Amino acid sequence: MANTKTFEEINEKIKKGKVTVVTAEEIIPMVKEEGTAAVLEKVDVVTTATFGAMCSSGAFLNFGHADPPIKMYKVWLNDVPAYTGLAAVDAYLGATEPAEGLNLSYGGAHVIEDLVAGKKVKLRAIAYGTDCYPRKNIETWVGLEDLNQAYLFNPRNAYQNYAVAVNSSDKPIYTYMGTLLPNLGNATYSTSGELSPLLNDPDFQTIGIGTRIFLAGGEGYIAWEGTQHNPGQKRNKHGTPENAAGTLAVIGDLRGMKRDYLRAAVFHQYGISLYVGIGIPIPLLNEEIVSRVAVSNHELTTTVFDYGVPSRNRPALGTVTYAELRSGKIKLNGKTIPTAPLSSLYKARQIAAELKEKILNGQFFLTAPVKQLPFRSGVKPLLEREEVGT
Amino acid sequence: MIKKRVVLTFPSELSEKPLTYHLVKDFDLAINILKAKITPGEEGKMVLELSNGSAEMIQQGLDFLIRQGVKVEPLSKELVLADEECIHCGACTAVCRSEALQIDPESARLVFDREKCIVCELCVPSCPLGIIKVLF
Repeated sequence: MANTKTFEEINEKIKKGKVTVVTAEEIIPMVKEEGTAAVLEKVDVVTTATFGAMCSSGAFLNFGHADPPIKMYKVWLNDVPAYTGLAAVDAYLGATEPAEGLNLSYGGAHVIEDLVAGKKVKLRAIAYGTDCYPRKNIETWVGLEDLNQAYLFNPRNAYQNYAVAVNSSDKPIYTYMGTLLPNLGNATYSTSGELSPLLNDPDFQTIGIGTRIFLAGGEGYIAWEGTQHNPGQKRNKHGTPENAAGTLAVIGDLRGMKRDYLRAAVFHQYGISLYVGIGIPIPLLNEEIVSRVAVSNHELTTTVFDYGVPSRNRPALGTVTYAELRSGKIKLNGKTIPTAPLSSLYKARQIAAELKEKILNGQFFLTAPVKQLPFRSGVKPLLEREEVGT
Repeated sequence: MIKKRVVLTFPSELSEKPLTYHLVKDFDLAINILKAKITPGEEGKMVLELSNGSAEMIQQGLDFLIRQGVKVEPLSKELVLADEECIHCGACTAVCRSEALQIDPESARLVFDREKCIVCELCVPSCPLGIIKVLF
């Protein structure tokens, strides 16, 4: 009886159509009933997934050259400014960038969704004109098929755990965690819990730089640690972080992505964001990895923060499990607070199931990380200095 | 049990009269105030759910209100959710105090119970996809 497997052995099984894949929800009762050794023998891959609002997302676009050519100095797509401080016709369109004059109802995320949905968007650019790029402005319509490159490059996605938000103030507040009712009137949270990628691999044993992933219906890769990656957060007795910890920077071709898994969002009186669907396969290489993916919502904990205090250091009010959050109510200091999710478990389940099918059908092979994600911990604050100093 | 939901508009001079008291006392109706905005000296609005009586008793109660000068209209506003566009995130359930919008614990899908909805409209701006509308 083999007590370890390799990526190569699992990929060989995928090629031969002999691989066994289950989702991170399905594995939980299996491990409980049969134990890690028996499950390792039987199952090769576990699929994890999440579908949440991920503000730190955007796309690199290359428009191709017009004739006469233009070195774009400012560029707008459906009136949403994109960053073009790059080569002549390269731009980065950020998901949260609002359209000029539209009062936060349309933004970069909507342009990305429109492109993926097959719509043409209005491109407008201005330039100062150079000897080799004499043109000073252009206005046209472009679709995904017209662009040379169009790839999502999201600097921070797939948070390993996240805060629960409540509001102790006497007024409702409007946040990226939704509408928070006064006097601890509700609590919102945003992870897929036991289905969440990095909560199933808390020590980054198989998920790392170079890992091939399901990105918004297409194929993507983990490019780097995400911004504010902070895996050194305090861990609970099951070894998972008790608050927002690791993050991933991901990349993937917009062509091949589906609108079902990439949706623009507007958080009332906060701003624009992008719901991104991510699925990550975890190969069961040994019993320890099996025990990590067997983690359930009863063991996963997170911290409740008071968003009613507008400070970088919001007060932590307590710790709860995802099982409690999913039950619809949590207890905090003797008060019962109704809970609501912000990330879609329904969509996350669809993604985990779709990734499972792709692997079973030999359409998705696993990749070993090129490099492990770092364990460096801590997130630095922004200091306000009077002068440069030393 | 028969239930009827109505929108009442009170002229300013009626806003200090205990009209709901009479609905309970004289017509034996159970009243549930779903929404109210009444400021003394100004026109007021109230959304009431009436039950505990026959259709006839409810009508008599409403006739009484009309005789007092209250404008009575059926609650005809309705929440419309573009189901096929919904991503089932649950953001709307965070503000739905009447529990009309809930995430089904089994399917993880958003379910909307029209009967429980009091058309408070808090969910409309809370939907990140902007797919909840109120129809008149």
